[in-house]
Amino acid sequence: MTTPGLARRKSKLDDWNRPPVILPSGDGELLEVAMGPHHPSTHGVFRMDVALDGERVIRLKPVFGYLHRNHEKIAEGISYLGSMPYTDRLDYICPLTNNWAYALAVEKLTGQEVPERAEYLRVILGELTRIQNHASSIGFLIQEMGASGTPLMYAFREREKILDLFEALTGARMMCNYMRFGGCRVDATPAWLDATRKVVVGLPAFVDEFEQLLRSNEILMARTQGVGILPPQLAVNAGVTGPMLRASGVNYDIRKVDSYGIYNRFNFRVPLGDHWDVYDRFMIRMLEMRESIKILEQALKEIPGGPVMDPKAKIRGFRPKPGEAYGRIEAPKGELGFYLISDGGTNPYRYRVRPPSLINLTVLEDMCLGSDIADVVLIFGSVDIVLGEVDR
Amino acid sequence: MLGEGILKGLAETAKNFAGSFFSAERLTTVQYPEDRIAPIEAARVFPILIYDGLDWEAGLRCVACQICEKECPPKCIFIEKSKDKKPDALGKQQFYPAEFDIDISVCMSCQICVEVCPFEAIKMDTVYELSTEDRFQGLLLDRRQLARPNRYFQQIHPTDAGVVDARLAADKVKSDAKAKAAVDATAAKAAAAAALQSVTAPKPGEGN
Repeated sequence: MTTPGLARRKSKLDDWNRPPVILPSGDGELLEVAMGPHHPSTHGVFRMDVALDGERVIRLKPVFGYLHRNHEKIAEGISYLGSMPYTDRLDYICPLTNNWAYALAVEKLTGQEVPERAEYLRVILGELTRIQNHASSIGFLIQEMGASGTPLMYAFREREKILDLFEALTGARMMCNYMRFGGCRVDATPAWLDATRKVVVGLPAFVDEFEQLLRSNEILMARTQGVGILPPQLAVNAGVTGPMLRASGVNYDIRKVDSYGIYNRFNFRVPLGDHWDVYDRFMIRMLEMRESIKILEQALKEIPGGPVMDPKAKIRGFRPKPGEAYGRIEAPKGELGFYLISDGGTNPYRYRVRPPSLINLTVLEDMCLGSDIADVVLIFGSVDIVLGEVDR
Repeated sequence: MLGEGILKGLAETAKNFAGSFFSAERLTTVQYPEDRIAPIEAARVFPILIYDGLDWEAGLRCVACQICEKECPPKCIFIEKSKDKKPDALGKQQFYPAEFDIDISVCMSCQICVEVCPFEAIKMDTVYELSTEDRFQGLLLDRRQLARPNRYFQQIHPTDAGVVDARLAADKVKSDAKAKAAVDATAAKAAAAAALQSVTAPKPGEGN
């Protein structure tokens, strides 16, 4: 469905590489507002310094760093294993994908193999993480729109079931610390797999219900369609990844491009948007949940027996050969990468995180200029960030 | 029709509202602290030290090797090694921790100390109601406060405890066999030496 506003805004974006210059109307002064760091819509501690002409945004400057915890430097001072629990705290909504990306980087560095069963467990946990992340991020987005509670509550009811599975397997609901270099820490029992199958069987009904609740809601469509347009050229140039990039119509999914782990064995599709707006980002997440359910069904059917840990793998005191490695995965928010340089010691010489949230946030100003201040909250919510990962 | 989508959404909400009276699945919360969910076996909160037998001080499995202290990511473990040694469960002379403190206000429950411990001495507890009014000493636990008997571990993590106990029993059998072999070897050596001595020993009055 196209709206007149969309066509108008698209035509403004001819010179896509430069943010559109929005001139004040001239009658009166600009009002500068600091939105945040304690604004409830900022998902944590994030500040947007906006200059307003009436209700229109003329300038927007993101300010972050309030949650900086020195993650990268700490990791250079402790062993490879010691950083694993800290990665849980980057994007605390999806700890298991963070674990996975870091384990992948260290495995590339040391050249370790991962047993088949562990790969399957990683896929199952990664896709469960994606579902709960997308469900809660949609819930938060709708809550910021003013629907306080109901969609978020439905999303969290489902997330609760997935977190219960995480707790039963890894011992913690959010700080899982589950994956290890060369496999996974503990094996899943048959009872756990059965419980997972039960949850996965119930998921399509939840997505249907969620879609029924939101998809055709007129208020939601009026608020989101044609708002926060991100043209594909700009998205690619800015390095935006994940559902945001796919909502801009660029077919780029690291699960397909890189097929890390065993993703080439699964049959799934990559949904793409063609309006590049907030509504597309919301719908892409909805569709990705359905694709994740497909992957989960296949993985739970095919999961083989065997060990979950490479028997030769050492969990501590190993010294990778001098060199570098970059492990990247398709985290729910985009490309999550860990770049490691080893100098032959027990600690990494350099440890760098490529956080999807931070890099997706760099196009915030371009999306917000010229829109109303009330839409800034929506556009920001549709980026789907976690400040733990932005500031590290 | 304008408003159709909203009505469809409201029908979903109504379904959920009515469903919450009939379906237990739609009621996800419990009335804590009166009601509690069943304890989860894999749950982990803070570390504890395991001891064998009845005397906590004599039975502590920890030998103060300080691996956990080195590996602990937030460095919340403080160990002081003893000067003397005492026999461990296998009867071997080992150091023991003269001081073993864990600052649980710093601990992040990551379980790495448990994974790296070669002696099965440190395990994770499942008690989570640990609030205290004392900001300083109340959260710095010493080895007396951390010590728990092995039967407590068997109670909270039965599956893990089964594996650990089997492994320790196997170690015990092996070490007993080794000790017995060593004793036998010493006895045999002594006997051989005695025999050799009886052959080669100079007869009194012969030397010089």
